[in-house]
Amino acid sequence: MGLGVDFRNTIARRAAEEITNGMVVNLGIGIPSLVPNHLPKDMMVMFHAENGITGMGPSPEKGMEDENLCNAGGFPVTLNQGGSYCDSAISFGMIRRGRVDITILGSLQVSQQGDLANWIVPGKKVPGMGGAMELAQKARKVIVLMNHCDKAGKPKILTSCTLPLTSTACVDMIITELAVFKVTPEGLILTELFPPYDLQEVINKTECAFTTCDVVRKISY
Amino acid sequence: MENPFGKITALEDVLKLFFNGMTLMFGGFGGVGTPPTLIDAILEKGVEKLTLIGNDTGFPHIGIGKLVSQERAIKVIASHIGSNPIAGKLMHEGKLEVEFSPQGILAERIRAGGVGLPAILSDIGMDNELVSKNKPHFFLNGKDYLIETALTAEVSIVYAKKADPYGNLIYDKSARNTNPLVAMAGDITIAEVEEIVPLGSLNPDEIITPGVFVDHIIPSKGVNWKWAWE
Repeated sequence: MGLGVDFRNTIARRAAEEITNGMVVNLGIGIPSLVPNHLPKDMMVMFHAENGITGMGPSPEKGMEDENLCNAGGFPVTLNQGGSYCDSAISFGMIRRGRVDITILGSLQVSQQGDLANWIVPGKKVPGMGGAMELAQKARKVIVLMNHCDKAGKPKILTSCTLPLTSTACVDMIITELAVFKVTPEGLILTELFPPYDLQEVINKTECAFTTCDVVRKISY
Repeated sequence: MENPFGKITALEDVLKLFFNGMTLMFGGFGGVGTPPTLIDAILEKGVEKLTLIGNDTGFPHIGIGKLVSQERAIKVIASHIGSNPIAGKLMHEGKLEVEFSPQGILAERIRAGGVGLPAILSDIGMDNELVSKNKPHFFLNGKDYLIETALTAEVSIVYAKKADPYGNLIYDKSARNTNPLVAMAGDITIAEVEEIVPLGSLNPDEIITPGVFVDHIIPSKGVNWKWAWE
């Protein structure tokens, strides 16, 4: 896919590679919501929503919406075979007990230690944490999908976050339109690049230092 | 409908239970599963200075958001207010006190209140000042936890799909959300329901909230707001 054409779907497609059959996956709003479109049709994945849905399916066709069947963002969804409903306490019990394999979410900033800042812009936006803290702290794997830089062109991957943290040292993987990073206790490792972007461009647009793995995969879908 | 337990109540009679300065807990998530008829009745009665406890503050014209937007609350305990910009505005103006609690911990605090426990231990948000501020810690098996206090309310209002005359409740899909927890945590619990069915007609194995937690049942007039997705 070419530069800027549909990078949101490119990011979502790469994230979909992390999902395997039988997993329980919680998706945030924005780019993460595009991930299911990139999974093999025969793959059985249980999508989890904080408001008490396990086995969430795609949006219904227009006119088929059910006001009592919505995702955590309040938009109508469907239920796949094998799906179920539960109350909020049980829904978060699944998260805290480690039964949610992956959470895929957006973020404002991520640090080289995997600190996540995605809930407050002081003086501007104080919406509350919702379920983000539990998901960040307790999902088995936390994947952040985001633009590499903010709207002002400033890096969002930093030595340390400047915005208030949602949770510390919780992110396992970062996927941007430029590259894929693994977060390790020793810092970030660049594992993949999305051509036409090259390593130098990623270095220029990333505030913190990072290492690269031995063989960097170049992804072109 | 026969009313052998006296729980099926006229709307004007349950309205006597609402008063200025009370603590009111509500079921629902983004307005889904919040009882519309009770919210409108509370608005019309003019009840104010409420302390509201629930998942979020809805949208400005949806769910509990209606009470928040009309400045009927002085305090909210919730996990999220982002979908109701008026709540954020009132908070910044100092007109609304907001206590944020992580969503699952909020649910568990309500559940604890509902099952007669004083508090729970939690390791969520320990590294977050806003969550951990002023909360006592407890060390257990070498690990540090926050003590999160239980929540109860003078009145809880919930929305269910069906009730029988004893107040046994079943919910509708994702409109269940916090309702079964909120139903247990009220000193008095009022269930607004889409349908009241005869005693014995609900499958006992499928009842989610036993009627023992429900004091009053009122029939719903249905959702009268326009959803964000409509």
